[in-house]
Amino acid sequence: MELLVASAIGILTAAGLYLVQRLRTFPVIIGVSLLTYAVNVFLFASGRLTIGAPPILSDAQTYTDPLPQALVLTAIVISFGMTAVVVMIALGAYLGADDDHVNDPAESGDTDPEAAK
Amino acid sequence: MMHWIILPVILPAVLAPFIVLAARYHIGIQRVLSVAGVLALVAITAGLAMQASDGTVTLYQLGDWAAPFGIVLVADRLSTMMALLTAILGLCVLLYSIGSKWDARGRHFHALFQFQMMGLMGAFLTGDLFNLFVFFEVLLIASYGLMIHSGGHVRLRAGVQYVLYNLLGSTLFLFALGALYAETGTLNMADLAGRVALIDAGGSVGIRVAAVLLLLVFAIKAAVVPLHFWLPSSYAEAPGPVAALFAIMTKVGAYAIIRVYTLIFPPDLEVTAGLHSLWLAPAALISIAVGMIGVLAARRLDRLVAFAVIGSMGMVMIAIALFTQAGIAAALYYIPHSTLAAAVLFLTADLVRSGRAHLDLRAAPPIAGASLTAGMFFVAAIAMIGLPPLSGFVGKLLILNAAINSPLVVWIWAVVLCTSLISIVGFSRAGSTVFWKALALPAEDTQAPPPSALAFTAVGGLLALLIALTVLAGPVHRYTTAIAAQLFAPAPYIGMVLDTPGKLSPPQEGN
Repeated sequence: MELLVASAIGILTAAGLYLVQRLRTFPVIIGVSLLTYAVNVFLFASGRLTIGAPPILSDAQTYTDPLPQALVLTAIVISFGMTAVVVMIALGAYLGADDDHVNDPAESGDTDPEAAK
Repeated sequence: MMHWIILPVILPAVLAPFIVLAARYHIGIQRVLSVAGVLALVAITAGLAMQASDGTVTLYQLGDWAAPFGIVLVADRLSTMMALLTAILGLCVLLYSIGSKWDARGRHFHALFQFQMMGLMGAFLTGDLFNLFVFFEVLLIASYGLMIHSGGHVRLRAGVQYVLYNLLGSTLFLFALGALYAETGTLNMADLAGRVALIDAGGSVGIRVAAVLLLLVFAIKAAVVPLHFWLPSSYAEAPGPVAALFAIMTKVGAYAIIRVYTLIFPPDLEVTAGLHSLWLAPAALISIAVGMIGVLAARRLDRLVAFAVIGSMGMVMIAIALFTQAGIAAALYYIPHSTLAAAVLFLTADLVRSGRAHLDLRAAPPIAGASLTAGMFFVAAIAMIGLPPLSGFVGKLLILNAAINSPLVVWIWAVVLCTSLISIVGFSRAGSTVFWKALALPAEDTQAPPPSALAFTAVGGLLALLIALTVLAGPVHRYTTAIAAQLFAPAPYIGMVLDTPGKLSPPQEGN
């Protein structure tokens, strides 16, 4: 179980980082999503892995840590909202410039773009 | 009186949806509500700063749950000073955006502005690391909206870079929090301070990883080289008043570094010893150099200011990296100065932009109201470079003085003094090209109208604050020394947070 969770986090992170370095908006957004999945599983594992134990008080003998579950829930909601925002902004940039590169085009910092139009 | 601490967070949080829902189509009502809200914030944070000025630490337990189980807000000298600075900067920037009509060029400026204030206030006042992450996200998501305010595809592209870089930063923050929680089982700052001190140096791999990850996250926010790549484009392309407001956002990173690395990982802690002198100090020196050379190399006025921000964050960071009381006191004097100077420069660049077709550093016909704008640029540039008589000079002097016992003293003095010279050349060249060479060209027939009096008043207000910071340098520095003393004696802070009774206290075993 530890091996499965650890390798899942590792593979998700590696794939996410690879995609982020593609520097086109679609792969980068997918890459960021994979990274947030990885971090969610990582947060979950930070409260130690226990199988079949309840997170709230009952007559059980062992418990699982409830706090990471709350943290993960918050992180999921935030990363979902952030991804939605970045998709909208990226779509606007792509439709406006007809170009989905994340980097500035070469020499763009030299002149005021609005004056060049 | 206890509930006052939550008000800087609650007030904008209530006001923003109210502005969206009730005053959606009435820019006048939006302006009145927004200004009233920020005025109230100035009053509240000034009250909190007064309350904290004698060294009392005020605690607010949300839902009356005792720390470390509940979330706490803590108002000590440092957090109230940063909150007050934010509120004052917010007021001037808001007045400028109304005066220059930036707020009417797109929708929901005022609502997003209030959410931004909420995130900033929360980040400064919270006493819980995960809560700090949440408030970072609140201020970031509002800043995404502000950054692309009034649109344009160049601005949107810069917005994409900004959002993506910060999303990666947030992911890194979560990894750091996960590592920290796995090692200690708590995320309350005061509780962490006690538990990290118990970890013996032998089994400290996890906690060291967490400490470095956290430093990386805050360095991204503070735009320390080599993690600064998000800043030049996004600050240069953001609307002028928004860029001026963002001047406080890099200071959130600086604040978080000061807070976490004095409270949780203090400089004398064995497991993280050497982190600052080994990594942060060289990075800060390179930041100063990159920023100031960028000032010289920039071909647009807004990019020049963005690089000046990187350079001045480097100054703040080198003072923090010393991690002595004198160093932190100097950094805390330099932070308000750097925030105000950067804001004035961004607003002046926007004043120039309102009369010119472009911001390129080449001669263009003179703009309306050029003499006043030029004077403001002159004063702000003097402050930013650190020439006498303004506060930048006092701040740099304090930092150089604090560095005198550091092993890196030769490096610090050499880099700070050489880069100051470079930035003098950069700013003088930019100022003379933009304002003096214009006089040689014939004025255009269709000159844009001069910026409104309110816009000039807002910039003038910030300049007056800079001058006040210079004149009152003695009392301000005494106060920042008191803040540093409080930071280096965290026992009352920790005691206040952990020993105040609430629900679920005294803390039970087993968590």
